Amino acid sequence: MSATTADAARARAASRAGSLERQRRWALWGSYAALSCFVVAFLTPPFYMIITSLKTSAEISAEKGNPWLVYTPTFDNFIELATSPSFQRYFLNSVWVTAMVVVISMAIAILAAFSLARMGFKGSQTIATGVFLTYLVPPSLLFIPLFQIVGFLNLLDNTWVLVLLFPTLAVPFCTWIMIGYFGSIPKELDEAALIDGASYMQILFQIFIPVALPGIIAATIFAFTVGWGAFLYPLAFLYKGEQLVLTVGIVSELIRGDVFAWGKIMAACVMGALPPILIYTFLMDYYIAGLTAGATKG
Amino acid sequence: MAEVSLRKVVKEYEGGVQAVKGIDLEIGDHEFVVLVGPSGCGKSTTLRMIAGLEDISGGEVWIGGDVVNDVPPRDRDIAMVFQNYALYPHMSVFENMAFGLKLRKFPKDEIQRRVSDAARMLDITPLLDRKPKALSGGQRQRVAMGRAIVRNPKVFLFDEPLSNLDAKLRVQMRTEIKKVHQLVPTTTVYVTHDQVEAMTLADRVVVMNQGIIEQVGAPQELYHNPATRFVAGFIGSPAMNFLPVSVIDDGGLKVQLANGTKLAVPPQKVDRYGPHKGKKMTLGIRPEHLTEVRSNEKAGVQHMVAPVDVVEPMGMETLVHFFIDGVAVCARVDPLTPARPNENLELSADMNNMHLIDDQTHKVV
Repeated sequence: MSATTADAARARAASRAGSLERQRRWALWGSYAALSCFVVAFLTPPFYMIITSLKTSAEISAEKGNPWLVYTPTFDNFIELATSPSFQRYFLNSVWVTAMVVVISMAIAILAAFSLARMGFKGSQTIATGVFLTYLVPPSLLFIPLFQIVGFLNLLDNTWVLVLLFPTLAVPFCTWIMIGYFGSIPKELDEAALIDGASYMQILFQIFIPVALPGIIAATIFAFTVGWGAFLYPLAFLYKGEQLVLTVGIVSELIRGDVFAWGKIMAACVMGALPPILIYTFLMDYYIAGLTAGATKG
Repeated sequence: MAEVSLRKVVKEYEGGVQAVKGIDLEIGDHEFVVLVGPSGCGKSTTLRMIAGLEDISGGEVWIGGDVVNDVPPRDRDIAMVFQNYALYPHMSVFENMAFGLKLRKFPKDEIQRRVSDAARMLDITPLLDRKPKALSGGQRQRVAMGRAIVRNPKVFLFDEPLSNLDAKLRVQMRTEIKKVHQLVPTTTVYVTHDQVEAMTLADRVVVMNQGIIEQVGAPQELYHNPATRFVAGFIGSPAMNFLPVSVIDDGGLKVQLANGTKLAVPPQKVDRYGPHKGKKMTLGIRPEHLTEVRSNEKAGVQHMVAPVDVVEPMGMETLVHFFIDGVAVCARVDPLTPARPNENLELSADMNNMHLIDDQTHKVV
């Protein structure tokens, strides 16, 4: 190759590299712009919620001043709520219901996913698809027939109704996540355990659950979110103060007719949002790993 | 320690596809048997049926004098080493090796002793506290072998254990597996598609093809006396050359190649091949029996001229590729032989090592 041809080839390669670098820069700028819009749109409501929760009722209803700023910050709303027996009860009811929902949903989902993903019985594929299809039915379509069933079981206005109903929302998706995760574990692992002398339950508890921990955490977070944040079913099935959970308790306690205690409502929302935020913050990596497990199945 | 016996074993999947078509095999106590064959020949399915990981559609599998068709894997007293190691990723090397013993409720000091002994044998003692992800491929495979050894089972099963390793490590681990079998002479069934692994490790090699056993024999026996065209072609690298020939009587028994070259059948083979006079058959001859012309040639060596197509110098030898009437042929010559593409090279065919294959039955006659 002559020197001239080599120089031309080098110049072409450099120009290609420059063009790639330019494309990458533009892609990055585009990503930042799109993400910025998303962040602003997504974080504005929580920001406004926090700001309002720190205001007095007088400052909230004042017509002067910038509503996006706090001039006389106060924790009174938080203190009042934290010391209110009814708010404490709602909070504890939510904790109890959520804990039960998580435990029940995960117990069912793990066993179902293990049998569907690994035991290879006839029809397991169809059942797995069926489980997922049930997740696609909107809860708002179900609560009227469920009302009949719950009434028949004499569980209306009892927190147990949520313990019974929420798993029907959580189990299908949790099972689906776990099927994906269990499916990504090499088949030889259970075969090795079978030969080592393990029973299916020993394989599940001693091999699969430890290995699939990220998937289990992801499913647990989902079940927690269902139990903690649901509004429709508690609103439809619970009425009495001592049975209410946080989501409907806030509405029924802090909105009296057309009087909205905005400061307390926002403080209650902040306090209600805190457990999921903390859980997501600390377990985000597991959550992502769990949700994407099926994507890299090898 | 135990014998393994397969009697008319069949594996049929849904839809009637037969992966294993009624095979019979007797594996002696302490024997190292290698099942070898191309992908889809049924070797892994056979191993998995011995392990109890696949249901048996027909026939019987015996281990240590008992029919084990309906015995679950954990009660067969076998240990298996998998291609991808199958180590439990959340357990340390020690825990991996001890897992089977713990499940069988062995006392702690016995577990400790067995794991230590196996670790020493496999030279993995310093790795006992590590997790599998902190190990190299070779180390992982050693741990997988350790997990099998500590159980002191009746039968070891190996399912292509070296396929995930690089070429150099594969050779090293092959030697280690052989060494382990010399130290712990447990009955072993080993599956591989690599005929070199099969030849180097096995007491006996079982060549499988399309769900049947083509031939069972010692490595040398398979190499020198293949029973079928498939075995002749599968065992040996580069593979045996197959040339269409006519068996003729032209002042003595000869085979005539498609290009007209006549090669005399050595006297000791005349009785064997004589009855096939007048037939069209296939001549099988290994590349190492097609060499450069030497000064001290023995009786039975015939000369032929080859139009060289490609020359592959391998260092200790050179492979010369050429075509005879459209059929690719390979010869193994001395590296100093002046072979060049597009030139003719005179070669010696050692007809003492020739094979004749019946084109109808594909059997070596």
